[in-house]
Amino acid sequence: MNNPKLLSLNSTTSLISRFTRGFIQALIRINKQRPVTSSSPREMYIRHRRIKSAADKSMALAVRSRRNWSRAVLARFRKKRRRHVLVRRITTCAMKKRGLENKKSGHKEASHGQANELRRLVPGGEAMDLCSLLEETAHYLKCLNTQVQVMRCVADSYSTI
Amino acid sequence: MSSRRSRSRQSGGSRITEDQINDLVTRLQQLLPELRNRRSDKVSSAKVLQETCNYIRSLHREVEDLSERLSELLATTDTAQAALIRGLLMQ
Repeated sequence: MNNPKLLSLNSTTSLISRFTRGFIQALIRINKQRPVTSSSPREMYIRHRRIKSAADKSMALAVRSRRNWSRAVLARFRKKRRRHVLVRRITTCAMKKRGLENKKSGHKEASHGQANELRRLVPGGEAMDLCSLLEETAHYLKCLNTQVQVMRCVADSYSTI
Repeated sequence: MSSRRSRSRQSGGSRITEDQINDLVTRLQQLLPELRNRRSDKVSSAKVLQETCNYIRSLHREVEDLSERLSELLATTDTAQAALIRGLLMQ
């Protein structure tokens, strides 16, 4: 990773290197398991999904469980099925209550819809109050940016072989 | 259990002040390429949140595209493994 843009972000350098290491190790594992017919559309699709999962999981692992959103991602990977049902039950309940609360205080009616949209996009966002949702979103955005930059670097270094 | 947790959040939520929210929205605005260079009092918080959603969606799309591209690269490159290990040693 000799991209100067990446290295200039000193505070996030360790996060970047943790993510890069984790992601490349995952890619190596995925690559080891490739069958002989690795370019059939089906194989390509399965690998595409696995790489996407690896990218998300590596990012959450790099952040560790210091953030709500990374905890949500890791929990999702741990209990994919059970969690799905549980989250839906909790969030519909939480969202109904939040709706009432917001109407009572008359708080930012205009951005209410957008906040709910954001809740669906940020992992674990459904269960957050507005303040932590905004904080988590800022952190999540930075991490997504890092993810994209690193993945692009890996893909580019591949293409130039 | 879930209802008790939401109740405690609700009471915590009511202590959030308008200023706190505005600070957080301004911080968020700094992260958006579309709105970064605009003065924060010129952009409504609804606009910032809308742009944030769009930006997250575009980044999600990029991660999807890059995963697909990497999947294709793994299929075509025989030396992929060596290149990956080299990448690991380089950082």
